Amino acid sequence: MSVFTIARLELLIARRNMWVATAIILMGLFTVVLTLAGGAPTGTLGIDPLTVALTSITTLSVYLIPLIGLLLSFDAIAGEAERGTLALNLTYPMSRGEILIGKFLAHLGVLGVAIAVGLGLAVVLTIWQHGMTDLSFLPLLKLFGTSIALGAAFLGIGYLVSSLVRQTGVASGIVIIIWLVCVVLYDLGLLGALVADDGGAFTKDVFPWLLVANPADAFRLINTPEVSVSELASGIGAAGGVSGAAGQSASLLLWPVVALFLAWAAFRRIEP
Amino acid sequence: MTTLLIENLCKQYGKLQTVKGVNLKLDAGERVALLGHNGAGKTTLMRMVLGLTPATSGKIAVLGTAAGSRHARNAIGFLPESVAFHGALSGREQLHHFARLKSETTKRADDLLERVGLSEAADRKIRTYSKGMRQRIGLAQALLGRPKLALLDEPTSGLDPISRHEFYDIVEDLANSGTAVLLSSHALTELETRTDRIAIMSEGRLLANNSLSALRQTAHLPIHVHVTTSEADADRIAAELGGERVNGRSITLICQQDGKIAMLGQITSLGAVIKDVDVTPASLEDLYRHYSIAEEGA
Repeated sequence: MSVFTIARLELLIARRNMWVATAIILMGLFTVVLTLAGGAPTGTLGIDPLTVALTSITTLSVYLIPLIGLLLSFDAIAGEAERGTLALNLTYPMSRGEILIGKFLAHLGVLGVAIAVGLGLAVVLTIWQHGMTDLSFLPLLKLFGTSIALGAAFLGIGYLVSSLVRQTGVASGIVIIIWLVCVVLYDLGLLGALVADDGGAFTKDVFPWLLVANPADAFRLINTPEVSVSELASGIGAAGGVSGAAGQSASLLLWPVVALFLAWAAFRRIEP
Repeated sequence: MTTLLIENLCKQYGKLQTVKGVNLKLDAGERVALLGHNGAGKTTLMRMVLGLTPATSGKIAVLGTAAGSRHARNAIGFLPESVAFHGALSGREQLHHFARLKSETTKRADDLLERVGLSEAADRKIRTYSKGMRQRIGLAQALLGRPKLALLDEPTSGLDPISRHEFYDIVEDLANSGTAVLLSSHALTELETRTDRIAIMSEGRLLANNSLSALRQTAHLPIHVHVTTSEADADRIAAELGGERVNGRSITLICQQDGKIAMLGQITSLGAVIKDVDVTPASLEDLYRHYSIAEEGA
């Protein structure tokens, strides 16, 4: 019961702080722009217009969903410690696990609504532009599910940082660095290593694993259609097929669980 | 059953020992004031009872269960020193949330808002509240779930005199309904008539733990008698009574409890030159100073 009481309060706070509105507007605005812009090349490629839109949205989501996830979560524990509300909350008859899960459910709910609104707009716009024929909805469901998993992973990472540093200023700095590393620098680093290695042991044995180890890359790969639209996919996407969908799904499922567990372990050690 | 039982409790932070072998017992309906300077160990003691920080050694039992257990936490109402809430919530929203966590109805939360005098401001955001109003929300949440033990850390800081009075009325009601109340303070005067027992802490040790009158007796603190007379007679009477002239026409005399009646008899025998007499027993401040200095000397 306490879990839902916490989730309810966190949702109220997220609404008050305009986080719900911000997340929905961000996701909605970008998907609308990408869907409309992505509609142009469909005629020449002759493929499912929804798939084209989703490929653009995937590229966007890799940046946007981790960012929203981290921004929703970095304040969760550190903010309470700094405001001085943590000690009182911890004297109430509920466990720290319940507090963390309650916050997680609320924040995941915010993310879920934002993602659903974004994808819903993409579908509506595509149907409006191209009609109902020849649309495949399976990639859409896959994108929704994996987006939730990606968001959950970064929420967990945000809580972990929040529990470890206990100062919101420091926590916000660290999550921005984590975001930059995961969605930009990590890929650049791998690319550099690939070039330097020139097709050696690293490229064959280590690289595929390193690629799926990053949840953002696993998300990118799992949502990139293999053959028909490989032109649309990035170079890294084409090279990463080695580890397969199983590895990508495992990465996306494991990250939220592991990150939340570590966040709980760090939260448990806090003496307010 | 004893509501709170603390036996030989110690707390060590690295080399610093902040609580040293404290024994304390609270029964249902008792109001005990925990007195001490900042850093005397009062807050640490409360934090250990709440289970926020583990005890280094010793035992704490809340209604027979371990400190920090779900059962113990369910039975405790806590008001932290400088209580804080999320500013984006209204007082009512915040209190409803706490009510749900304590399996209490929101109706009861609304009643408590009324009880602490916040029903008018209840729907405003907490960030617009004054310190006193936040303190009232803090008190209201501590009363949720009809706690068996109330821990109130510096509860009257930030309250004006009238609010303090109302606060102690609420504490009295709480105690009458069977709640054991442990409150810490360094505002000594207001505790004199409002608590059943005084526990004095200094540098982690519990120096005294008794009713105010019993503490006065053991301390053998002198009683101050102020005599007012006319300016012309002041010096002569001061010499006669063996006292000290403090200003134009006042004389201060000091005596022990057992010499009080004899002293008063001597004063009244002087007749019309005496305009007024004031008898001041040892105040809580005097007692507090007595017990903390006695410890430092030992």
